[in-house]
Amino acid sequence: MNGVPLLGHASLDDIFAWRAAGPVRVRDFIAEAEALAALLPAGRHQLNVCHDRYRFTLGFAAGLLRGKTSLQPASQSAETLRQIEATCPDVYCLSDGEFDSLDLPRLDFPALPAVDAAQVAKIPSIPGELIAARLFTSGSTGRPVAHDKSWGKLVLNGRAEAERLGLLRQPHSIVGTVPAQHSYGFESTVLLALHGNSPFWSGKPFYPQDIVAALQAVPAPRLLVTTPFHLSALLAAGLEIPAVDLLLSATAPLSAQLARDAEAACRAPLHEIYGSTESGQLASRRTTADLAWDLLPGVALEQQDETTFAVGGHVEGRVPLSDLIEIRADGRFLLHGRHADLINIAGKRTSLAYLNHQIAAIAGVVDAAFFLPDEESVDGITRLCAFVVAPGLSSRQIVGELRQRIDPIFLPRPLVLLDELPRNSTGKLPRNHLQALYAEKVTHVDR
Amino acid sequence: MSENPSPENVDALLPEVAELIVDALNLEVAPNEIEADAPLFGDGLGLDSIDVLEIALVISKRYGFQLRSDNEDNVRIFTSLRTLSAHIASQRTK
Repeated sequence: MNGVPLLGHASLDDIFAWRAAGPVRVRDFIAEAEALAALLPAGRHQLNVCHDRYRFTLGFAAGLLRGKTSLQPASQSAETLRQIEATCPDVYCLSDGEFDSLDLPRLDFPALPAVDAAQVAKIPSIPGELIAARLFTSGSTGRPVAHDKSWGKLVLNGRAEAERLGLLRQPHSIVGTVPAQHSYGFESTVLLALHGNSPFWSGKPFYPQDIVAALQAVPAPRLLVTTPFHLSALLAAGLEIPAVDLLLSATAPLSAQLARDAEAACRAPLHEIYGSTESGQLASRRTTADLAWDLLPGVALEQQDETTFAVGGHVEGRVPLSDLIEIRADGRFLLHGRHADLINIAGKRTSLAYLNHQIAAIAGVVDAAFFLPDEESVDGITRLCAFVVAPGLSSRQIVGELRQRIDPIFLPRPLVLLDELPRNSTGKLPRNHLQALYAEKVTHVDR
Repeated sequence: MSENPSPENVDALLPEVAELIVDALNLEVAPNEIEADAPLFGDGLGLDSIDVLEIALVISKRYGFQLRSDNEDNVRIFTSLRTLSAHIASQRTK
């Protein structure tokens, strides 16, 4: 097996991460990862729900040292945990805070024994073929679909992104507002720290004031890894933002206006990343300069009939993409929206088919349909609505059941109880019927 | 942290904060239907982190202070309408 180093740093004394207590050097990180590795349970599958980015990455690295696979589901709902347990019976949960792990075996992040980082002599090597991470998307039939990522491909992804952003020439301090577990945050904070020479801040700032404080806590140059949602909240707060050198956004479309405002407020270029959990990161663009996307090094697109596939580089196999893509003569491409069934709210993805399957499975629900109203604004958050026929159930009961099954961001707001759904003669529910029903039943009164 | 606000101050703030939540999130409930001690997350109003950020923005504009998630009592702040109102009463600058 070909070994691929755990970290891409040239020196054991490079800074790997910033914590509240100060810098963590590469040798400290390796010593702690080895100490944690010795404490991990025997199971081959690790569900790492640590909130702290440093502890997550330490758990991930310790898992690699023991040949484990990191399970990173899109949601942490009870239903998802049960499905994971069913497919990976040896799974255990590594947690650093409050988390309802049901009956899964659990390791609360342990106090590590004192380590002697001076003894660390080299960067460990990890088999490139090891399935280092398994990310999940919600399938259309109610079962999460697993996407295995080998360590070798993950490293290629991290290096391709680092090269595109110029981090290999000039390392940046990374502040991320996104979780380390989800694909974008995993790639753009964890992988960039491991193989892009760029130390991350261990916290996950949430409120605008937190983002400002996190930026202040790390040395320049700084890279802010965020989403349109966090970015628009940050700008709206009107705080003085410390110097940022590079802004990165992904997970949801970013309007040209927000991109311009963000670049003006931070006096830094804003790059968007395009990718998917299935394919990894594929391309980037500077939104204010050009709408066309540039493929990352090594990645190519192929089209067959209506479908575009990603291949090459760090892409695992030949991955069909869910977007409508126009490839230009110069090899760059334009995005023209998604398949109508797919839903993306605040960066979390699912499909109407999946949601309809979940609600129909609730005892007492006779008929039901989720509906996504036309978006009110590009950067705003549009909520789902659900029309439900369920004699004898209250909307509170139904939402309570749904909460067990789906990510809270997809809970309907509102849930409308009806005597019947406006199905046509073939039993279908045309979107314009649902739109009319929405207009009739859900009127947002401007107060 | 300033001193603990009196229960009367907190009670007086409840209707105003309830209205602010309903307005900010376009909820399908009347402000007076939000029970002061019912959970805002989970089985209560069912708020999520997106909502929290939107409420935080409105609070910062209206009451002149920024919320911070590294406050140890961050979880407690959003427990209920009453705890949120108490936090506002103790932190507000306007």
